[in-house]
Amino acid sequence: MNSVNDRSRDIGPFVPGPDDDMLICRCEEITKGEIRRAVHDGMWTLTEIRRYLRTGMGLCQGQTCSKLVKGIVARELGVSPAELEPATSRVPMRPIEMKVFANEAAEEKEGE
Amino acid sequence: MKTSAEVVIVGGGIIGCATAYYLAKMGVDVIVLEGSDHIGNGGSSRNGGGVRQSGRDVRELPLVMYGIKNLWPTLSEELEVDCEYHQDGNLRLGKTEKHREILTKLADNARGVGLDVRMIDGDEVRSINPYLSDEVICASWCPTDGHANPLTTTLGYYKMARRLGVTFISGEPVTELRVIRGKIRQVITPNNVYEGESVLVAAGLDSREILTSVGIDIPMTNSLLECLVTEAQPHMFDQMLGTAEADFYGHQTKHGSFVFGGSSGLERYNKDNGTPINSSKTAPCICRGIMKYFPDLADAKIVRTWAGWMDASSDGVPSLGTVDEIPGLYVACAFNGHGFGIAPAVGEQLAKLIVTGKTDIDLSELHYDRYKAKI
Repeated sequence: MNSVNDRSRDIGPFVPGPDDDMLICRCEEITKGEIRRAVHDGMWTLTEIRRYLRTGMGLCQGQTCSKLVKGIVARELGVSPAELEPATSRVPMRPIEMKVFANEAAEEKEGE
Repeated sequence: MKTSAEVVIVGGGIIGCATAYYLAKMGVDVIVLEGSDHIGNGGSSRNGGGVRQSGRDVRELPLVMYGIKNLWPTLSEELEVDCEYHQDGNLRLGKTEKHREILTKLADNARGVGLDVRMIDGDEVRSINPYLSDEVICASWCPTDGHANPLTTTLGYYKMARRLGVTFISGEPVTELRVIRGKIRQVITPNNVYEGESVLVAAGLDSREILTSVGIDIPMTNSLLECLVTEAQPHMFDQMLGTAEADFYGHQTKHGSFVFGGSSGLERYNKDNGTPINSSKTAPCICRGIMKYFPDLADAKIVRTWAGWMDASSDGVPSLGTVDEIPGLYVACAFNGHGFGIAPAVGEQLAKLIVTGKTDIDLSELHYDRYKAKI
């Protein structure tokens, strides 16, 4: 994307909301209020939110909450959700046991 | 948008953020320019989290020892974020007699500059970490080493620097520096021209190209680092682990997951598509390595893998400090994949250097101009 993003732009003060206690990332138990506060601490991209709070870093890897987090961050910044790039998806697609993942070389031999 | 300040820092990684924070604490006006869209998007977020002295070159040891003594213990409180700092020691493991030789030499060198590190045998290793397999025959043991969370620490420095009034602008890749009347002055991006009385280049691997624009060339190249993360596991151990050949390292995080880094041996020849990306061969190879050291982890699930570029120099230590030819210009790059643990000390000392011209720790052996041909 690489668009100039001045992190000193005024996004207004943090205003506590009635639903700040709502769990958004269920795997890591991160609330809406924590996400909104992180935006006011300067975490303006979904990647920064994720690294700062662990949203989407649990067992489901963000497959449940990433859209919700995006909506909350966009609203707090006063931008359209479409302007926010999703955080990078990481291999593997589903959690795999180490002893299974480790078999990659053995499988290659069988296929020869 | 603000385009001039006393100090312009090129690079919004942990070095840039930490230096900005310590400068702002001394009342200095700072702009930080980050080339990517995210603060801390290079090596700062792509490392194993080691806060380690053992295994380091003696030229950078005094700096990291200073940081571990004076800055790390109170960093979480200072940055108002959980840096997850654990000071529970580092086991650098050996499986062969050759490993023992490497470790013994490193430990002897480190003791020479006053670090408490000693060689222990396999049984003592397992008395410290009972999960390690019998393949481990020795280790160097440094009780004052540890680990922390690179993500929260980097972003914590960013948050606090920003709170102290530092201007951070992301999406501003610096293409050129300009000297005016014999002093550094301008920092150019595709969108803007920034001006500062001092400029610090702390842009990891990109530092080389940026510095070339003012005729400074620091020899370094990229080297891929790959890690994997497990699901949360019951608490097993708190030490940081590494190996004699530095091909495997990791720790258990506060969250319970394990972060392990390793290599396939094919790193130098990976396809470069412009972004650090995992090779399909490396993570399975790391898994095989982990199971040899920790048979108990065979059933742990891998949830995530990631990769990053290291900025590697020919002698394995960073270039740090002033640039004699260009007054006002400072560099901090080529941390060779172990820049995280040393970053608080680097940031604090660079801030002092920029403001007072002096540092508490002698940086002369890390001068960028030390590279000489072999004959």
